[in-house]
Amino acid sequence: MAKLLGIDVGSTTVKACVMDERGEILYSSYVRHFSRVKECVLAELEKIRPLSARFQVCVTGSAGLGLAQRGDLPFVQEVQAAYGAIKKLYPDADAAVELGGEDAKIIFVTGGAEQRMNGSCAGGTGAFIDQMATLLNLTVDEMDELSLQAEKIYPIASRCGVFAKSDIQPLLNQGAKKSDIAASIFQAVVDQTVSGLAQGRRIKGKVLFLGGPLHFLKGLRRAFQKTLGLDDEHAIFPENGPCFMSVGAALHAATEKEEELDAIAARISSASAGENIAVGKPLFSSQQEYSDFIGRHMRSDLQFENILKYEGDAYLGIDSGSTTTKLMLITPDNKILYSSYQTNNGQPLDIVTNKLREIYYLAGNRVIIRGACVTGYGEDMMKAALKLDFGIVETMAHFKAALHFNPDVDFIIDIGGQDIKCFKVKNRAIDSIMLNEACSSGCGSFIQTFAKAMGMEIEPFSRLGLFAKHPVELGSRCTVFMNSSVKQAQKEGATIEDISAGLSASIVKNAIYKVIRARTSDELGKHIVVQGGTFLNDAVLRSFELEMGREVIRPAIAGLMGAFGAALYAKENTAADKLISAMVTEAELQNFRYTSKSVTCGGCTSKCSVNILTFADGRRFISGNKCERGAGMKPAANPLDLYRYKYEALLSLPRPMNAPRARVGLPLQLLMYEQLPLWTGFFETCGFEVVLSDRSSRELYFRGQHTVASDTACYPAKLMHGHIESLLDKGVDFIFYPCESYNLDEHDSVNHFNCPVVAYYPELLKANNERLTDDNLVMPYIDPNSEKTTVKALCRALKRYRLSASLVKRAFREGMRRMEAYHVAVVEEGKRVVAEAEREGKQVVILAGRPYHVDPEINHGVNKLLTSLGLAVLSEDAVFEEGNLVKVNVLNQWTYHARLYRAAEYATRHKNINLVQLVSFGCGIDAITTDEVRAILEGCGKLYTQIKIDEINNLGVVKIRLRSMLAAIEEQSRR
Amino acid sequence: MSTATQKKTVDLTEQYAKFPDERRGEYTILVPDMLPWHFELLIYAVGRRGYHMEMLQNHGRQVIDEGLKHVHNDTCFPALCIIGQYLDALKSGKYDPDKTAVLITQSGGGCRASNYVPLIRKALKAEFPQVPVLSLNLAGLERGNGIKLDLSLLLDIAYGIFYGDLIMTCFNQTAPYEAHTGDSVAARDRCMAALKATIDRKKFHKWKRNAQFILQTFAAVSTTGEKKIKVGIVGEIYVKYSPLGNSDLEKFLLSEGCEPVVPALMDFMLYCIVNNLNDAKLYGRHRTRALFLRIVYAYLRRRQKKLIALMKKQGRFEPMHEIEHLRKCADKVLNQGVKMGEGWLIPAEMAALCETGTENIVCTQPFGCLPNHIAGKGAVRTVKKLYPEANIVPVDYDPSATRVNQENRIKLMLAQAREKQE
Repeated sequence: MAKLLGIDVGSTTVKACVMDERGEILYSSYVRHFSRVKECVLAELEKIRPLSARFQVCVTGSAGLGLAQRGDLPFVQEVQAAYGAIKKLYPDADAAVELGGEDAKIIFVTGGAEQRMNGSCAGGTGAFIDQMATLLNLTVDEMDELSLQAEKIYPIASRCGVFAKSDIQPLLNQGAKKSDIAASIFQAVVDQTVSGLAQGRRIKGKVLFLGGPLHFLKGLRRAFQKTLGLDDEHAIFPENGPCFMSVGAALHAATEKEEELDAIAARISSASAGENIAVGKPLFSSQQEYSDFIGRHMRSDLQFENILKYEGDAYLGIDSGSTTTKLMLITPDNKILYSSYQTNNGQPLDIVTNKLREIYYLAGNRVIIRGACVTGYGEDMMKAALKLDFGIVETMAHFKAALHFNPDVDFIIDIGGQDIKCFKVKNRAIDSIMLNEACSSGCGSFIQTFAKAMGMEIEPFSRLGLFAKHPVELGSRCTVFMNSSVKQAQKEGATIEDISAGLSASIVKNAIYKVIRARTSDELGKHIVVQGGTFLNDAVLRSFELEMGREVIRPAIAGLMGAFGAALYAKENTAADKLISAMVTEAELQNFRYTSKSVTCGGCTSKCSVNILTFADGRRFISGNKCERGAGMKPAANPLDLYRYKYEALLSLPRPMNAPRARVGLPLQLLMYEQLPLWTGFFETCGFEVVLSDRSSRELYFRGQHTVASDTACYPAKLMHGHIESLLDKGVDFIFYPCESYNLDEHDSVNHFNCPVVAYYPELLKANNERLTDDNLVMPYIDPNSEKTTVKALCRALKRYRLSASLVKRAFREGMRRMEAYHVAVVEEGKRVVAEAEREGKQVVILAGRPYHVDPEINHGVNKLLTSLGLAVLSEDAVFEEGNLVKVNVLNQWTYHARLYRAAEYATRHKNINLVQLVSFGCGIDAITTDEVRAILEGCGKLYTQIKIDEINNLGVVKIRLRSMLAAIEEQSRR
Repeated sequence: MSTATQKKTVDLTEQYAKFPDERRGEYTILVPDMLPWHFELLIYAVGRRGYHMEMLQNHGRQVIDEGLKHVHNDTCFPALCIIGQYLDALKSGKYDPDKTAVLITQSGGGCRASNYVPLIRKALKAEFPQVPVLSLNLAGLERGNGIKLDLSLLLDIAYGIFYGDLIMTCFNQTAPYEAHTGDSVAARDRCMAALKATIDRKKFHKWKRNAQFILQTFAAVSTTGEKKIKVGIVGEIYVKYSPLGNSDLEKFLLSEGCEPVVPALMDFMLYCIVNNLNDAKLYGRHRTRALFLRIVYAYLRRRQKKLIALMKKQGRFEPMHEIEHLRKCADKVLNQGVKMGEGWLIPAEMAALCETGTENIVCTQPFGCLPNHIAGKGAVRTVKKLYPEANIVPVDYDPSATRVNQENRIKLMLAQAREKQE
């Protein structure tokens, strides 16, 4: 009698299940395939040989799709397979959640069957968890163990692994507990599943949890149970959870024809590789070429000096990076006395103190450290903890180091574990800086994570690529996409060597085309210095040279350039009369202890997660705060900050009203940040009381998250859902948000559209929030430029209140008057800020974005960061009218964007005024404006700085960018 | 709020190559292959006016790679495909860059797709600054740098679209069922040849005869009569139609044993006109233009109606949707004021498909497409509420999104469809 065989080939694992005719499971397995799909499946077939000679087989899974096609085997889609199995094995289940390697699925069984899979942009999967574990330098099991001891959950962006990383890294660097982070990661996965997949549909009743991660990870299970409010009776974790899809496939196989096991095996092993896989050229065509390459790069090196013999001065540089910590001790003539490069393991401070002990020990009394300088993510903490003399922004450190190797350097690219930094150099000063961001984030750690997933160390893995014959083309957008590209390549039969080489190439392409956005190699420069740990990887270096068509300099200390630059800085800046560094002494180090505690700052509504390090000598270091308050200081009474001014002015607009006609709720988001004065004026004149939605916050976002329909919309749009919930909870009579294809015509552009999201978001809200009806959401289509049609539309929309046309007209005019008054006030305040800044000799930054960027939850306190760095902050709408009209190269047809161009033009004519563009992640229109704003600024010798913001609640990277900008401005003005 | 009038204007525009219309014959004009059959007809018709056009057929990774190199990371996928095709073609050496131009259509709406012309110019700037970018639009953009539109050309275009739609519709309803492999392709080839001949003989506008010829040619293809799952394709205009944009979606559906149901291009044209009429009605905008467009609209609508009547009379083929019907469908889901990108047309087509027995729908969109947040993904829930049988899968298209992931999601939708059928 033939047995039933189900094979589930996923992105990372193979699951097999053999069942007899009565449905009893005779065999089941769950093994990682490390990309050797065919071999792995064949090995499984060998294992089941004793069970039967004949099988009815069915294949499922994302990687199984290709295998089935090429091997001509029956295939069932995996969600469908699971659905069948659930109905058969758990007939009383209401829903199921399945997390796989790279897919997440929800199946609703009762109350309208529905099956859903994650979209293309999704973080909450097994691969995501693996990636996060690598980041914490833990195995997944260890991370799971730790998570059970958590005391605190940090908000971590769950949509994208890259966002999550940028949330986690600073937490690690601030010394947050790994246990808390581990639990927070699991919570992020749960949030992603609940919001991204369920989208408003509640997961309730008896819920099955399937797939490897949900089977093996107790912490994840607990987080799911807690979030969904399921007791043990309603949360089912089946014994065969990890291989559940293969069980489903086996059940499905019952309708397939019987076959000899050998015949099945033969078909699988003869499954041909596909032809449509894109391949590139090999990195090296011969061993000789490789040797020449190595020889050439050996020439860029520093000399060493024996620390055990050396007597005299020395300078210390520390680069406290996001994943690694680097130290270097140099002599006054730039010889290396000591260097170290080590992975953080999440405890950078411990590493540095250990290394310093070692240095003191090796140095004896012969070496005098006269100056010490720190750079990198952990700069502030290290400087405070170890009393270091200097701290510099990392871009400056890298620049200093590169100058040493080539005084003519005109382009520096640094690819580290987590980030890519590039800068152009003009006249020996940094001219423009480019850093990678979410969708262009493929960096060094990606190769590392990948090597681990393949069961290898990074070095041998990347070396495999050097002589690969057909490196695969993997695309260059985002690591999640790269993962699926690799999956595709595997499906097509690419070897591990080809994949390794392909990964190196994709990181390089990502850097050149996505981060630098170069069109030709000449754009970059003639003297290129490459650095960062990732460039120590010869495959990456070679890919870079090939892609650029140009030889570059890679110093042998490529991984230590930050530390070297910091040491050089210390050397150059230590005063001649300062004989010894102020840093902790050997004796102090003996008793160096610290404790770390994280608390929520109650200073303002931002509710920053603040980390407090307390040292043995009673000193404290506070990090994670966005403003002075968190550090226990008082902010200035009347800061030069237009963002704060605007936000407070808007919040104070609605007036309380006696016996109103009705209460109207205005969601303070998107368009309402511009038109709140108009609509408060309008409704108050009509006798309505205006109620504002709660202030934006992450909690508010979570309140509405379940109604978000499109994951990839911008954060301001997604926050809107929370604002609606808050208004509904306040019991207003109706919510008002107009649909406006056209914004006000400010007579400076070809057309004056709103972006599609701002214009029509109410349609999406109404369609996806069951609490909204035609009655409680009033969303007339209006064009505020046309009073006549607007009045008509408003009368119609508010018909039930029987407002006379003349009242509506009067009210609309009053609204327009108030909007004009608000605008004038903003312009006046802008003038005050500019004048005041000039008096105080301060630099001014126009934080140019959209009206809704004044929302502190959206800008994450960038304005406060700027004022704390000693800058005055303007908004684009305060100054654009001072700017000339600009004819740009693109179609200038959106009101808000036209303002950007004019604000930039204004900045070019003022020496102490700079522009920083705020861009919401996912804003498709800014893909067009950014290049244009950059061109306007750079055409006049101004720096262009762009800050991308999303739900990521961390300013670490932003700070680096802004400080680099300041350093460059200083450098410019010094010349 | 406008003090703008006293301001001077800073002109930052860069010079770009203009198309010397008087020497049009010397140029080869490259056209992307969004809708291969429609465009072939249109190119033939326009070609008679001295424009030598060529539809690009270069596909594959190198096209996408060229696009990636020259287009901003966050710009939408269609721009990337089109620019990739142009650059790949120009680099192939097949064309003399000094005698080549590229053509793109612009709708002029509030979607960033209206910015394709400047984006293409930017992309060409580094290596092919001499290549002019021609715009084909009805919004009055890029004056003096487009194909000259006169009434007879507009009519040719309109008829080309009608015939293209008819061929596409008949082909999609024949190919999955053909008894002898290749018959449908042969029928299509016959229709194309015959239509081109009518252009030569100035009989292109004899629409009744031509339409009947197409219908009869396809009706003559013998079919097996088996029942297949019908899958509708809606979404962003480029990825909805272009095989390069949607990873050969129609072919994939055919290979899965389905009948692809692709709504007509004329719907989109009429949708654009309706938006102008709505702007006049809702906001009092451009009333004079609207008066003229109302006449155009009425004319095209009448033609469309008659074409549908012809199809019904012939009986073999499920006709296309009628624009007024689509508008009614849209009203059930959202306001016709949603007019950016493909706007209300997407939910309208979804609803119309559901009503005609095509409940399985792939909603295609470029990754991060702004209008699609609202009118695509955002409207699915309402459509499902109206038509509980609707089985809709939104699929993102992106340079790095792999076929495996796209096909796996479509397969899930198909599995659900098959289960329902059983």
